[in-house]
Amino acid sequence: MTDISATGRRLPNRLDNPLKSAALSWESLLVLVALGIFIANSFASPYFLNAWSLSDLTFNFTEKALIALAMALVIITGEIDLSVASIIALASTLMGLALQYGADTPTLVAVGVGVGILCGAFNGFLVTGLKLPSIVVTIGTMSLFRGVAYIVLGDQSFKGYPKDFSWFGQGYVWWVISFELVLFLVAAVIFYVLLHHTNFGRRVFAIGNNATAAQFSGVRVDRIKFVLFCLTGLMSGIASVLLTARLGSTRPSIAQGFELEVITMVVLGGVSILGGAGSIIGVVLAALIIGLVTFGLGLLNVPGIVMSIFTGSLLIVVIALPILWRMWKAKRA
Amino acid sequence: MNRLLKNREIWLGLAIVAVVIAVTLRFPRFSQPGNLLTILNDTSILMMLALGQMVVILTRSIDLSMASNLALTGMIVAMVNAAFPFIPIPLLIAGCVVVGAALGAFNGILVWKLDIPPIVVTLGTLTIFRGLVFVISGGSWVNAAQMSPEFIQLQRGAFLGLPNLTWFAIVVAALFFVLMTSTPIGRGFYAIGVNPTASVYTGINVGRTKFLAFVISGAVSGLAGYLWISRYVIASVEVASGYELTIIAACVIGGVSIAGGIGTVAGALLGALFLGVVNNALPVIGVSPFWQMAISGAAILLAVVLNARGERSKGRIILKKAEVAS
Repeated sequence: MTDISATGRRLPNRLDNPLKSAALSWESLLVLVALGIFIANSFASPYFLNAWSLSDLTFNFTEKALIALAMALVIITGEIDLSVASIIALASTLMGLALQYGADTPTLVAVGVGVGILCGAFNGFLVTGLKLPSIVVTIGTMSLFRGVAYIVLGDQSFKGYPKDFSWFGQGYVWWVISFELVLFLVAAVIFYVLLHHTNFGRRVFAIGNNATAAQFSGVRVDRIKFVLFCLTGLMSGIASVLLTARLGSTRPSIAQGFELEVITMVVLGGVSILGGAGSIIGVVLAALIIGLVTFGLGLLNVPGIVMSIFTGSLLIVVIALPILWRMWKAKRA
Repeated sequence: MNRLLKNREIWLGLAIVAVVIAVTLRFPRFSQPGNLLTILNDTSILMMLALGQMVVILTRSIDLSMASNLALTGMIVAMVNAAFPFIPIPLLIAGCVVVGAALGAFNGILVWKLDIPPIVVTLGTLTIFRGLVFVISGGSWVNAAQMSPEFIQLQRGAFLGLPNLTWFAIVVAALFFVLMTSTPIGRGFYAIGVNPTASVYTGINVGRTKFLAFVISGAVSGLAGYLWISRYVIASVEVASGYELTIIAACVIGGVSIAGGIGTVAGALLGALFLGVVNNALPVIGVSPFWQMAISGAAILLAVVLNARGERSKGRIILKKAEVAS
């Protein structure tokens, strides 16, 4: 660094600076949006500013946000995983099946998490081992995993989960702080460190920017992608445990449509769908925004399907605005 | 002959015939002409949708909003029919195509002018269109009693021994065949899928071509909206929910490469037909319909593994030729 300044030839660091400043401004934009929605919510409904309301709010997004953390890494490498909701369904179904054979709570959790990892590994093997495009593979496994859940359950459901199992989805660690929220915050910190402060994280970005170049610089591209698919499977398994515990029952249609909400969180959080850029802070903020929007609209008695118009528009508008802004600036310059 | 053996459509056709024969061995009535025609008719809507999706996938894009577009256009046409039963059905169908195309154009304009990745755009419009169905209908249904008899009966009539719905599919397939093989626009879809950069140099407007692809998939979704509603005689928010993946599955099974540039009309039709035959065979052989989802999932994975093989070996052959030439 000193060499360059000494000679007076300052090379513009094209790789880091624009990305970093863009990410920073993106995250500040998200903070502003979140604050705006928060304030709007407190004006719109008298029930909003209440510790228990705010605690309920977190249940709206924690399960999806847990998956979004891992999904962010997958998308940064330029891949995608559409099967996460189906992994939840399959893991939940097999937990229910284990319950029928009298499994206790630790076994149930192990089954849920284990099924998640195995499903993720299956995706990872098809994508990295057989070199198939992840979007088709995970569309296929999306049908396959949930399809197996349908084969096992049909139009039935599993109920009667033990009380100490329900704690994972309904329990509070302290006052209004739920176990789900604590788990999410811990996971967010772990993923933040993993992506932004480890070699592994740098390699994830390298793969997303140029997989061939990364390969030639000694990054084990396939192995990292495989690990990321397993990680997404793991987080889906954990989400399955939480969701099953919270709902107290398993139907094959559980978590239907979650994959789209998870991807919306990731993209809204500033992760480039083309890979190579993104941050965990952005994803956490996006999860919070979606939680705030859906909860606020829920307090106003807006039906869930209408909320989806808001989340869908939010996704498109938030991506379109910076592009329009850049176009407008380019026109003026 | 050798070329014939390498042809993916032929193999897929043989796979379909094999399924039909296998089921027929146990249940002879399965392959009666009447039943086969029923399967064809049942699959007609999926065939049309798969063709629309194929055009989009050829351009390295994807349209996840087709099923929501179908539901929205279907709800609009059902409500219009319920309110103004005197409007002639052909006019309604034309209206459906226009509304569907307009919804597709919305996707297309975002992809073309703002350069937002298609998967993001259509992920957004998937939820927006579906939500709009609820908004315009207020969450209520339009049922058979509210629809005019002509609205319901049009596709059930027959012409030359085939149901009108099947004729819709045949006409749409013929139009697509002409479009894809004999027009500059159709060749443009392939060109920008194979090599967008080279396409620019040959004078193809990549953005506009993608826009057109979305308009086409939208128009097909709109047409399918009317056909779906008048076939199942119920318009609700849940219509065709999750069907976008079945459409993509039909394309993938039909050999349409998700990387763009590869895919044929015949392939997409056979991919849809394969799913139709399997879905119709399951209840016949006494397998619970709950197996359907897992089977189509497995079929997608199998198809994509086989497709990837085919594409890879083709690449090698080209290289070998290049070596010989040099």
